[in-house]
Amino acid sequence: MSVTLSPVEPRVEPSIAGVGDYIELMKPRVMSLVVFTALVGLVIAPGHLHPVIALTALICIAVGAGAAGALNMWYDADIDARMARTAARPIPAGRLQPGEALAFGLTLTGFSVVTLGLLVNAAAAALLALTIAFYVVVYTVWLKRSTPQNIVIGGAAGALPPVIGWAAATGSVAVEPALLFLIIFFWTPPHFWALSLYRAEDYARAGVPMLPVVAGIAETRRQILLYTLLLAPLGAAPWLLGYAGALYGVVALAAGAAMIVLAWRLRAEQRGHAAARQMFGFSILYLFLLFAMLLVDRTAAALFGHFAA
Amino acid sequence: MTMSVAMNEEKPPPFPPPLAGEGRVGVRLTERQQRARRARSIAIAVSLGVLVILFYIVTLVKGPGVLVRPL
Repeated sequence: MSVTLSPVEPRVEPSIAGVGDYIELMKPRVMSLVVFTALVGLVIAPGHLHPVIALTALICIAVGAGAAGALNMWYDADIDARMARTAARPIPAGRLQPGEALAFGLTLTGFSVVTLGLLVNAAAAALLALTIAFYVVVYTVWLKRSTPQNIVIGGAAGALPPVIGWAAATGSVAVEPALLFLIIFFWTPPHFWALSLYRAEDYARAGVPMLPVVAGIAETRRQILLYTLLLAPLGAAPWLLGYAGALYGVVALAAGAAMIVLAWRLRAEQRGHAAARQMFGFSILYLFLLFAMLLVDRTAAALFGHFAA
Repeated sequence: MTMSVAMNEEKPPPFPPPLAGEGRVGVRLTERQQRARRARSIAIAVSLGVLVILFYIVTLVKGPGVLVRPL
């Protein structure tokens, strides 16, 4: 018996993917926000955590977020190729094969979860695994292509990092990280819907049922205002419930009021997308301000407490 | 059909070498592919090195407590 290779057999070319392509696969900008919110969860947690353990937890959370990003890009490569915003990503641009992204994402998932479990604690590792699974399976695979509520429910994955940070420090969860979870959860719809308002054609071309594509621009603006009205008091809740100081309260109230004004202006906008772009840009600043103030508040309290002692 | 092979008969290599250089058959990497592979290999080595150092330092920090893992 002789075996001959068919001349039409597909040939796998050796990879040309560089290190930069793999870093891009990890969505570094999303990763930085995840690390920042996780850091806040870690810092505001009671008790003392050794800086090396805290750094280990943050590295694992960052790598876990990168893993989720890589798996998202692996699954969404077809959508990304049809959208101007994402067409230059490594897989649709042809610099990286889908299988490479899948292997990379799964490897990082395994390493980040196991390392967090071994070096920090099991609760944080379980929450990290849940976050990655939720983002990849529930949001990317299931919701993103099937419902305009995709980013509302899927937003839970992005809201979990401060809870993971808290769990890394304490081994459990409590009301404070749950509040941070709720703030990010209710911040996500106004943030992403503002973006989708001026990217609606992109989403429509890719067949992603974002709210402006399915329900129209007017309804999306109304929903943004409703979620912002819920978000503003939630943002101030850590101060109202006594978990943060007056400085945080003032900033949260002022930033929340600015968010409402922008959402109101967005609702009244007749043409163009200037208000949507403003809303999107300010929403990033809003979340950063709130979490930065929590960090300042807790650091100042620790410093003054130290000096008082 | 006979299965015996004379000892002085030169046997052909069972498979072409996986990565062949000049004058051999097999996959030949382009300059770009070689550079990309080298960069990836270095990145993997650095990552594994960081992981080993991380485990080492955490073991020093935790001491015997490194084996205590309450659920």
